Amino acid sequence: MGDSYHAVCDSAYPLVPSIPGCRERRLVMTSPAGQIGSRLDPWMQSYARRTVGMTTSEIRALFAVASRPEIVSLAGGMPCLTALPMETIADTVAHLLRTQGLTALQYGSGQGDPTLREQILEVMSREGISAHADDVVVTTGSQQALDLVTRIFIDPGDVVLAESPSYVGALGVFAAYQAEVAHVASDDDGLIPEALEERILDLKAAGKRIKFLYTVPNFHNPAGTTMSQERRPQVVESCQRHGILVLEDNPYGLLGFDREPYDALRTLSDDGVVYLGTFSKTFAPGLRVGWALAPHAVREKLVLASESAILCPSAFSQMTVSTYLATSDWMAQIKIFRELYRERRDAMTQSLEALLPRASWTHPDGGFYVWLTLPEGLNAKAMLPRAVTERVAYVPGTAFFADGTGQRNVRLSFCYPDPDRIREGVRRFAGVVQSELELLETFGPYDATGRGSGPSIGVQSPAPDLS
Amino acid sequence: MRQVLVLAGGLSHERDVSLRSGRRVADTLAHSGYEAYVRDVDPTLMAAIKDSRPDVIWPLLHGASGEDGALRDVLGALDIAYVGSRPASCRLTWDKPVAKALVGAAGISTPAGMALSHATFRELGAPALLESVIDSLGLPLAVKPARGGSSLGLTIVRSAAELPSAMVTAYAYGDIALIERFIDGTEVALSIVEDAEGQAYTLPAVEIVPDGGVYNYEARYTAGATEFFTPARLSGSVAASVAAVSLTAYRTLAHQHLSRVDLIIDADERPWFLEANVSPGMTETSLLPMAVEAAGRKAAGVYGAIVERALSTT
Repeated sequence: MGDSYHAVCDSAYPLVPSIPGCRERRLVMTSPAGQIGSRLDPWMQSYARRTVGMTTSEIRALFAVASRPEIVSLAGGMPCLTALPMETIADTVAHLLRTQGLTALQYGSGQGDPTLREQILEVMSREGISAHADDVVVTTGSQQALDLVTRIFIDPGDVVLAESPSYVGALGVFAAYQAEVAHVASDDDGLIPEALEERILDLKAAGKRIKFLYTVPNFHNPAGTTMSQERRPQVVESCQRHGILVLEDNPYGLLGFDREPYDALRTLSDDGVVYLGTFSKTFAPGLRVGWALAPHAVREKLVLASESAILCPSAFSQMTVSTYLATSDWMAQIKIFRELYRERRDAMTQSLEALLPRASWTHPDGGFYVWLTLPEGLNAKAMLPRAVTERVAYVPGTAFFADGTGQRNVRLSFCYPDPDRIREGVRRFAGVVQSELELLETFGPYDATGRGSGPSIGVQSPAPDLS
Repeated sequence: MRQVLVLAGGLSHERDVSLRSGRRVADTLAHSGYEAYVRDVDPTLMAAIKDSRPDVIWPLLHGASGEDGALRDVLGALDIAYVGSRPASCRLTWDKPVAKALVGAAGISTPAGMALSHATFRELGAPALLESVIDSLGLPLAVKPARGGSSLGLTIVRSAAELPSAMVTAYAYGDIALIERFIDGTEVALSIVEDAEGQAYTLPAVEIVPDGGVYNYEARYTAGATEFFTPARLSGSVAASVAAVSLTAYRTLAHQHLSRVDLIIDADERPWFLEANVSPGMTETSLLPMAVEAAGRKAAGVYGAIVERALSTT
């Protein structure tokens, strides 16, 4: 075999001089002893610093199993679409293509379809917002809006304030733009204004540049909590006084179970708040239609940034949403979703009460998620393989912090599985917790430092298409 | 055209790796004259096999039923030719402490270790037992699930304070943990394949130098996170000795068709057997495909020979 070593080389590998006479091969550089090895990636030296957190992970791999029907997944964030009137939507889309196909399949405006932007004003008015369609930018899901806002405001090292915990998809964006995330203490009523003020002062004293506060005020992902009406003006005032923009991310606002929505933070300040909305939870995430409502100067930069990123959002998707809003009773559909999710929330919290006496959790009155705190000494991330063996999946709390905390926390989602599956999932989950408590009893509380994670880019959370 | 059914996925912790391995092997076979397709293992599998009667099944399942012999027992019962070691051999290999004992008895060095269940700790009391583990094996230690692959649940323990946490991590994957003396040295993987006539031969050793010092899951499957040397930077005599040691392990464990043996070579150039794999990873960052290329061979030819060999194995 020895002779054949010399016949192999990899002309694409930039660090190793090519060996004359070698035939081209992929993947592996075979080198004489003592030389540089192969890293299986010829571009290793070329990547930007912002890719540092983009690795595979054990956690991410475990989620691969969650797509199998044997597993009860309480890990995903997929809305339940079975309640949609699919036949009607199919007819609407067919009609749209027949009558306006040449527009629907063509490039559109970078800022978004003007008709849809008008309709978005109507959607936002349900949460007290009055605005102008000129200040709305349609995006590919609100996730893109989040990316654009971060892109136009953040230089590496700038600080973003965020709740504790915070939306994992936002933390990924902030990490990608090399922002420093400073978590602010939060409780059942959302961000704590005093803690916010204190954090701002500390960061300023340390010479940090704070660019914006990122908040999900309603039915928080993952916390399940809502910022109280009393705290809203305090939070906005505090940020304004310190020259900090508020980024209000509101995907779940219309999905409250027991009451009318609170007024958005945006109603408290026209020029200090960028508001993000989406049709992913109230209609269909597959269309990828979201938006940003921004002060006009910010909006101009958002449009330019969006054009450079994607040219324009999908005309077809926007016209589908626009037609749906114009031709159906979309508020009635939202009410159907609310009832469905309320029933699932009840199934989850009732099961938790019956089966997990030693844990505590939030009591969401809307949205998709319950945030659970495990008994002292348990580590949700270390416990996940056992959960997979027991056929249940969840997201460990560390995914929702940029600083490795959240080890005792778990996000359980009730949006996708039906109530019976939720009950079965919680039963399995309770068994996993019990086994883990037995381990704890044997080994005592152990030093779990270093087992959390630093900033990472989505590697601890499931992909968006996980149920 | 011969039909090869590649089984990938399954319900194990290594589902993701298995799916990637499966697609890779099926693609390679499809480009070398086989009709290869990939299928998950689920309740419809047995009926599908009976219906379609593929010529050969290549189980590329990692972890649990794919490697513990169970699924291969079923394939045997269905009387279908399949790639890889027979069930008894799988069972012996899958249980790392058993494999170590057998390979050790064949005269190959393997790190001193203990296989302990959670129940043992509960009965004897963890503090005293942990202390005696360290007294007996010293530090550092490698702690891993007694069964399982891809380094899932592996922790290198450098101080006594880290041991309880490492135990908990390993027990999350299974009831028994293997605690081994950590051997500092050069980590190499030896892939062994059979040609169409059934002659087993070693491919060049692949030397593994992970950035963080530990070849864990991230280091295995993030392209770029580990530096590989193919062939390993070993002197001629050491290269010959690791090849011989791997073949001995292969034969001792009665492996067939293909396998991978993981070794560490210490400062005195002594190879230590860590574990063997009846279903080695075949992904784009896996060691066996790398070794095939390092040998100057085409994956298509090597995999094709394995399939042909499986067809003539009863």
